[in-house]
This record gives sequence, structure tokens and C-alpha cells, in this order.
Amino acid sequence: MLAWLHRLASPKRFHGLAGFFITWCGWGALVLFASGLYYSLFNSPPDYQQGESIRIMYIHVPAAWNSMFIYITMAIASLFVLVWRIKAAAAVARACAPLGAMFTFLALATGSLWGKPMWGAWWVWDARLTSELILLFLYLGFMALQSAIEDKDAAARAAGVLAIVGIINIPIIYYSVEWWNTLHQGATITLSEKPKMNMDMFISLILMSLAFKFYFVVAVLRKARNEMLEREQNSQWVKEMLGGSDERK
Amino acid sequence: MNDVTNIAKTTAIEPSLGRAFMAMLGRDLTLAYRHRAQLANPLVFFTIVVSLFPLGLNPDPDLLRTIAPGVIWVAALLAAMLSLDSIFRSDFDDGTLEQILLSPHPLSLLVLAKTLAHWLITGLPLLLLAPVLGGLLDMSGEALGVLMITGALGTPILSLIGSIGVALTVGLRSGGGGVLLSLLVLPLYIPVLIFAANAVGNAAGGFEVTGQLAILGSLLALSVGLAPLAAAAALRISLN
Repeated sequence: MLAWLHRLASPKRFHGLAGFFITWCGWGALVLFASGLYYSLFNSPPDYQQGESIRIMYIHVPAAWNSMFIYITMAIASLFVLVWRIKAAAAVARACAPLGAMFTFLALATGSLWGKPMWGAWWVWDARLTSELILLFLYLGFMALQSAIEDKDAAARAAGVLAIVGIINIPIIYYSVEWWNTLHQGATITLSEKPKMNMDMFISLILMSLAFKFYFVVAVLRKARNEMLEREQNSQWVKEMLGGSDERK
Repeated sequence: MNDVTNIAKTTAIEPSLGRAFMAMLGRDLTLAYRHRAQLANPLVFFTIVVSLFPLGLNPDPDLLRTIAPGVIWVAALLAAMLSLDSIFRSDFDDGTLEQILLSPHPLSLLVLAKTLAHWLITGLPLLLLAPVLGGLLDMSGEALGVLMITGALGTPILSLIGSIGVALTVGLRSGGGGVLLSLLVLPLYIPVLIFAANAVGNAAGGFEVTGQLAILGSLLALSVGLAPLAAAAALRISLN
């Protein structure tokens, strides 16, 4: 298992595998975004209370889901860095942070735009909003620590410890709407029950969140792959690959 | 490598785990006692920050009573954070930390001893000073009692979480370690601030506080168990 893991994560294999996923998930993201945007903007009904502003949800909810999903990905990749010292995992964890921060910011910003017409305030100090803001700070701390340590391997491991410590925040965000009496509404979609929303809205939301996930896979692998190429620039396989492409020119 | 440790084990009499823990604790406390003047700094800082609020806002007792729990806890948070660097800094500078890493005892336990020493030096005095400042901000007796309980549960968490942050940043030579430390540690302090200040505020309003105290207690249990492990891992990375 471990030998298999190391072989899989060798820089050269990672490059090829990442390329495969980038291509297919890239097309997937394109199709999903096109259909998801069509569904959410034209083919789903306005809400009976909130009217057209419900359409903010199709960006807000997928972004918020992604913000937590990316943090978990980053923490798991960090665990692989700390335990097995896998370079590809370090590149993935490093690539996750700015993307996660972007989605967290997007969730907060769209939430704020949505909150103004619905709640009458851009921001309330509500448990879910506050814990999501902490998540943004955790991403920023991760990036700051990464950039403060010069040795890349040590930076990846030190930031990995921080990522794993910070994962305590994820269940707090997720359950904040149940644990506290908040202005932010509870979950409408759970895995165990039938969705309590209109089917067209549900389809739009699922399409958009899948599109966001696919986009994340493409973006994180592209960033990680570039970083691996840069770090391995003196190794044989990179030189061969680049030499090969030079000849083709 | 194994042979060397075996020889070391057979030739030298190895102190027990408890004695190593106590030795580390005693050493840190003695060192702090020799630099008594520095012990007062976090306390003075704490007092000054709290006293800035009545000056900057409005010395109206009703207003002060409302903001007191938050003000005292935020000031305690900042004072604890500014004193964190002392957990590992001087030991890192003179190489003692590397010797500690080489010791046969589990590093996490020694880190726990150092963190406990740090709490006794900074957290406990802050805790004892808090009701005095609370009185100045016109807090009621009940609120002061709950303030002490939240302090007793909360300030050790600050030292424990802080030890992870210091362990991660102690090896950084370039300046800005202090700012980076606050960036890493303050987000993790927020839950403590929320529950502690909320409990004190509820007590002042005559509401139930057991829920918040239970959560603070569980946070303390969690951080006593896990923070030394994370800090030990972080130290091994920093000293590499």
C-alpha cells in the first residue's frame, strides 16, 4: 500500500496523472458551468419570499461548501506530508490555500450581498458568519507561515501542523446553525432526507456545486503541477520532457 | 544509533518521567524568578489596555458594565499572546531547546511542562488581576465570580494553543515573527473569547452559564491532550 502510494505520488507519475484529471475535469467543469448557469439563471423559479435574489444562492452555497471541502483536502494533504513526506501532497496543500481563501471570501461576499436585501444588514455577528471568517483567517495564516519559512520542505510541514490544528473549526462552521440560534438559516439539504426545496432549484444547486468542485480540482492540480515542475526542474524527466517539446518546435 | 541509546540507558541512571516533568517545570519557574522584573510586563500591559477603554469611550458605568467582559477578555488575550514568545525563545537562542529535543523523554510531556510554567508565570497573575479590573469597570459580584471561573478554564487554553504557534515560528530568523505569531494564534483564540465573554455577559444579566463553562472545560481538556503533541511536532520541524 505504502509503496504503491509513493509510486503514485512520484513527481513524474503525479505529472501525468494530474494532466489526465486536468483535461477531463476541465471539460466537466465547462459543461457543468454552462448547464448550471442556464438552470440557475433561466430555468429555476424565483423564491416565493425572496424573489429573484434567491439566485445568489447558486453561487453562495457552492462556494461555502467548497471553502470547507478545500480546507479538509488541505488538512488531509498536510497529513500525508507530515507522515509520509510526499512531495506531491505538499504541492497540493500549498495550492489549496489561496483557492480555499478565494472561495471563503466569495462565500462571505455573496452572503453579504444576499444579507443586505434579506436581513437588512451587510454583516451580522452570527455564529456561522464568524466561524467562516475565522476560516478565512486560518487560510491566510497558512499562507503567511508558508511564505515566512524559506526551506520549502520545512515550510510545508510547519504549515501542515497549523492546517491540522485548524481543522477543529470545520465542524464548528458546519454545525454552527444547529448549535446556536442564528440568523443564518439551517441546512435545507442533507444526505439523509429528501431536499426540502423545489426540484429545479435543487438541480441548479447540485449542478453549480459540482461545477465548483470540478473547477477546484482543475485549478489545484494545475497549480500543484506547476510547482512540482519548478521544484524538479533539474531532474532528468523534466529535462527530457522539456527537451522533447523543444524539438517539436 | 540504537546502540548509543542502549549504552546511555545502561550507564546513566535515567530520571523517571514525573521527575523530568518536575525538573523542567522547576527550571522554567526558577528562570522566570531570576528575571522578576519582566514578569510584571504582561500585567502592566493588561491594565493599560483595559484602562484605555473608559478613557477612549465614555466613563458611563452602564456602558462600562456592558462592555467589561469583552474588554477584559480581549485585553487578556493580547497580553497572553505578547508573552508567548518567552516559552521557547531564550531556550532556542542558547541551544537548550536542541538538548531538550535530544532527551530520551517524550518531547510532548516536556513541552507540557514548559507550557504549564508559562501559564503559572503569565496566565495565573492575569487571572488574579482580572477581578480588580472588573471592579473598576463596575462589574457585579456574580459576574466577577464567573469571570474568575472562565479565566481559570480559559487562560490555560491560551498558553496551550500559543505553544503551538511559538513552536512553529521560533526558528524564523527574519523579523516579523511576532506579527506572524499573532496571525496564527489569534484565529484559534476566538472560540475561547466567544464562550468566555458570553458566559460573563450572561452571568451579569442573570442567565444560565453552565453551557458555556462546559464548552470551555471541554476545550481545555482537548487542548491539554492534543496541543503538546502538535507543539512537539512543530518544534521538531522548526529545529530540523
